[in-house]
Amino acid sequence: MVINNYIFIGLLLLVAITFALLPLIVVWIIAPRKRSLAKSDTYECGVRTYGETWIRFRIQYYIYALMFVVFDIETVFLYPWAVSYAGLGTFALIEMVVFLVILSVGLAYAWAKGVLRWV
Amino acid sequence: MTWYSPGAGLPFWAQQQLVELDTTTLIRWVLWLLVGFFGIFPGIVAYMVWLERKVAARFQDRIGPNRVGPLGLLQPIADALKLIIKEDLVPRGADRWVHLAAPVLVLVSAFLVMAVIPFAVGLAPVNLPSGLVYLIAVSSISPLGIFLAGWSSRNKYSLLGAMRAVAQLVSYEVPQVLSTIPIVLWAGSLSLVTIFDRQLEFGWFVFSPPGFLAFVILLIANTAEVNRTPFDLPEAESEIIAGYHTEYSSMRFGLFFLAEYLGVFAVSCLATALFLGGGTPIPFVGFPVSLISEDSMLSLVLVDLIMVGVFLLKVLSFIFVMFWVRATLPRMRVDRLMNFAWKYLVPLSIVNILIAGVWFEMVIRPGHLTFPNWIKGFAVTALLVVLAVYLVFLINRKASARVALGSEWPTVGQMRTGATVGQAAR
Repeated sequence: MVINNYIFIGLLLLVAITFALLPLIVVWIIAPRKRSLAKSDTYECGVRTYGETWIRFRIQYYIYALMFVVFDIETVFLYPWAVSYAGLGTFALIEMVVFLVILSVGLAYAWAKGVLRWV
Repeated sequence: MTWYSPGAGLPFWAQQQLVELDTTTLIRWVLWLLVGFFGIFPGIVAYMVWLERKVAARFQDRIGPNRVGPLGLLQPIADALKLIIKEDLVPRGADRWVHLAAPVLVLVSAFLVMAVIPFAVGLAPVNLPSGLVYLIAVSSISPLGIFLAGWSSRNKYSLLGAMRAVAQLVSYEVPQVLSTIPIVLWAGSLSLVTIFDRQLEFGWFVFSPPGFLAFVILLIANTAEVNRTPFDLPEAESEIIAGYHTEYSSMRFGLFFLAEYLGVFAVSCLATALFLGGGTPIPFVGFPVSLISEDSMLSLVLVDLIMVGVFLLKVLSFIFVMFWVRATLPRMRVDRLMNFAWKYLVPLSIVNILIAGVWFEMVIRPGHLTFPNWIKGFAVTALLVVLAVYLVFLINRKASARVALGSEWPTVGQMRTGATVGQAAR
């Protein structure tokens, strides 16, 4: 019988989840459980929890995430090009140079606009 | 190499994708899963913790753990026992199920990464034809788990740590991935086993100027990806308690701890397999692999023993360098951290892809390695690499010179008078 290699990955996923859950189950069985209000407070250096935690967060992180998406998609395009580069010839090389230049211009634009400034 | 291709007669891609499910494969898989992933890798990781404590102690002129067992060798077991008998706390108001799922997710990601690492000839858990893409895909699950951990705890420090972690991991993933493109280009394959085979033909990939630059970029990005000093802002204890795992105790904290060290081990394995020729002890020589004869099982076993030893030695030296860096460097400032990824590493790795193309044309295109080709390629690409590094640093210097000193950060006087901060900063 011939089967796909990825089945191993599926089995490994099961093993990994088991490996992670097993000690948690052991803890659930043998560890002490003495609940108290003070103990289940969130830790704020000994002071009582003040204000709401789940608030709107600053935009800076979102902008970096956007930049990441752009460059991650770039690598998705770069991998197939790199794999078959040997058989593609000069035209593919020039195309990829153009692609990289466009992306670099994008990075330079973001830089000049101050997107990469952390304040 | 008969050990790699079980389904003869099929087209090339299908041959690599499929595997014959006979008794040997079954035994191999069960051994990998139950002995390798359930026993050996967690064991290695547990002793990495012991090693780190010993090494850090030596750097600080202390002895380190020496009470539990000889040389403190039973310390990891004692640590695990301690974690197991601690109370498992979930803070009030936290998202219970997400709080539980987060450490599991991070650990699963660290486990899955190890699946494609080729330790020796025929000794990779599985040889996926798209191994590198798979590896990068599963390794980017861990930022997700870290973010869920910080968010679900409903603790301000955790949230700050989670936000920092995502921003940092996402930024350093770009140079990490871009620095593997030259390797793919030279090997013509995404399979880590093929990448290893190509390094037998063309020498370790680190011994070329673009390869060396990519190697350095990968090392820096790897250190940032596993949240180690000087990039440990997500868990900076002097600023935000313990960052995203502030609200984790007992074995849930243990899982984060295990996942972090497993991550260190995995990225060290990745760097070894991609740049340092896996388990070959001498660059440019096919030394132990060439001794394998097709019909002698014993030769394969002996050669694999040598190669696994050499592989682990290389991985150990990476790990030691990470401990060393931790004992030496202070933590980075957050704006410099992000600048370094986007303004230095990303442009450098984009340019490096083109230089890698030049190296391919000069050295690898002719089909086999010759010394004159190598020297010529080395001279040309070394020049290009030095030029690229110089230019990137020059541009950064020019860009930061346009900003007046101290305009990004208000001085005490400015804060007192309420004067506005200059807007010229880029």
